[in-house]
Parts: sequence; C-alpha cells; structure tokens
Amino acid sequence: MTPTLDAYVILSAALFAIGFLGVLVRRNTLVIYMCLELMLAAATLALVAFSRFNGTEDGDVFVFFILTVAAAEVAVGLAIIVALFKARQTVQVDQLDSLKH
Amino acid sequence: MEQIAFACLSVFTLACALGMVLSKNAVNGAMGLLLCLAGIAGLFVQLHAYLLAFILVLVYGGAIVMLFLFIIMLLDMQGGQPWKFRKLQLVGTLVSAALLIVGLNLLAVHGQFGSGAPVGKGVGSSLDYYSYQLFTTYLLPTQVLGFLLLIAMLGVIVLSRRHPETPEAR
Repeated sequence: MTPTLDAYVILSAALFAIGFLGVLVRRNTLVIYMCLELMLAAATLALVAFSRFNGTEDGDVFVFFILTVAAAEVAVGLAIIVALFKARQTVQVDQLDSLKH
Repeated sequence: MEQIAFACLSVFTLACALGMVLSKNAVNGAMGLLLCLAGIAGLFVQLHAYLLAFILVLVYGGAIVMLFLFIIMLLDMQGGQPWKFRKLQLVGTLVSAALLIVGLNLLAVHGQFGSGAPVGKGVGSSLDYYSYQLFTTYLLPTQVLGFLLLIAMLGVIVLSRRHPETPEAR
C-alpha cells in the first residue's frame, strides 16, 4: 500500500503554508529568507510527486532548474542582506522602513 | 510499510518546519530548515527520485544552509522582536489559509488526482536520463541558467565590494 498523490500534494501545500506563515509573522530578514527557501522546497516536493504519479518525469528535470535558481538567489540575497547590515546596522524589518510613507 | 514511513517522514518534516518558523533563535531556525530538508529528501527517496534526494541534501543542506549559518554568525543578530501579529497580517493569514483549504478541496474533489498507484518505475538514480533531457529538450533553459549563475556571481562580487565614495557606517 503506497501513499496516494493526494497525501503528497497536501503535505507540500502544508509545508508551503508554514513557510508563508513564517514570511508573514517573522521580523528577522534572514529568517524570512529561510522561510522563502522552505516554500521553494515544498514546490519541488509537489513537482516530484506529480511526475512520479503521472509517469512523465519532466517534473524531475524542473527540480534541477529550481535548485539552481535557488542557489543563485540565496547567494545574491545574502549579499544584499550583508550590504544592508553594513549600511543600517540592523536586519529587523521593523527598522528598515525607509520606503514607508 | 510505505504508509508508515510516509507518515513518519511527513510528521518529522512538518514538525521541523514549524520549529523553524517558531524558534526565537536564528541558528535554531537554520537547524530546523536543515532537518526539514532532510525529511523532504527522504520523501524524494520514497518517490524513487534518488538522485534528486542526493542533490537536495548536497545543494540545500551542504551549501545553502551553511551559507545561512555563516551569515547569521557573521551578523551576530540579537534582540528585536522575533514575531509579531498585526491586524493586516492576521487577515492575510486567514484569507490565504481559507483559499488554500478551498483550493485543495476543489482539487481533491473535482481534479484529476486520482487515487491510483504511481505510473512507470520512476527515474531513480539514472544520470543518463537527466543528462539526455538536459541536453536535448531542455537545452535552452540549461544555457539560460548558466548565464543566470554567471550574472549572480558578478552581482555578488559587485555587492560585496567596498565603495570608497559611500560612507561605511552612518
């Protein structure tokens, strides 16, 4: 007895929702960024499950691309956060409000 | 047997994700992300995508989480409120949760998910399948991703360079 596709998709949606919750409620820029990564990983889980259950296997190749884009995104994003910390001495989103109003 | 393994892995993954979101310390959050990714790699193994599980642990666990830990320790962030609920955020959370539940319900009822067994035997760890696909059907995205990585590398170099004309600290 194998788990159904429904179970995988619901699990990946739950992971995505947890990541989204983190993006909404956390105040630390780095933790928000980690939650974004969790959302990407949840999307890859759904892709792999769909390609396994439909027998197409194109989703598996797409996961490769998602991993590459995630790596590039993390490198650039962390560089931006470090530059921001150098300029403002904080990474709390409450205090980074220059664009507000 | 597979059901039990799936249940254990999914509970573990969800618990680690919740731990990451709710932990006050950013280092604990990074460790939660690492464990959560390990759980997702286990789920990949259950889906017969062994190579993807290996690459997930290698790239995410080995490179990305380590980079996060480096930056957390470099910036040495302390204090500040870890989380805060505002009215707007609460409304957004409720609306998105409702949309998610409704969408999943619609998919499960009217969608073409089916309850059948997996089709085919899965890609498994066959590198030749991936390499054939990457160099035939997906040749253009592969090239574009190569350029994307190059541009990202240049961007990181430019961003982390010191600018002599701007003051370092205000």
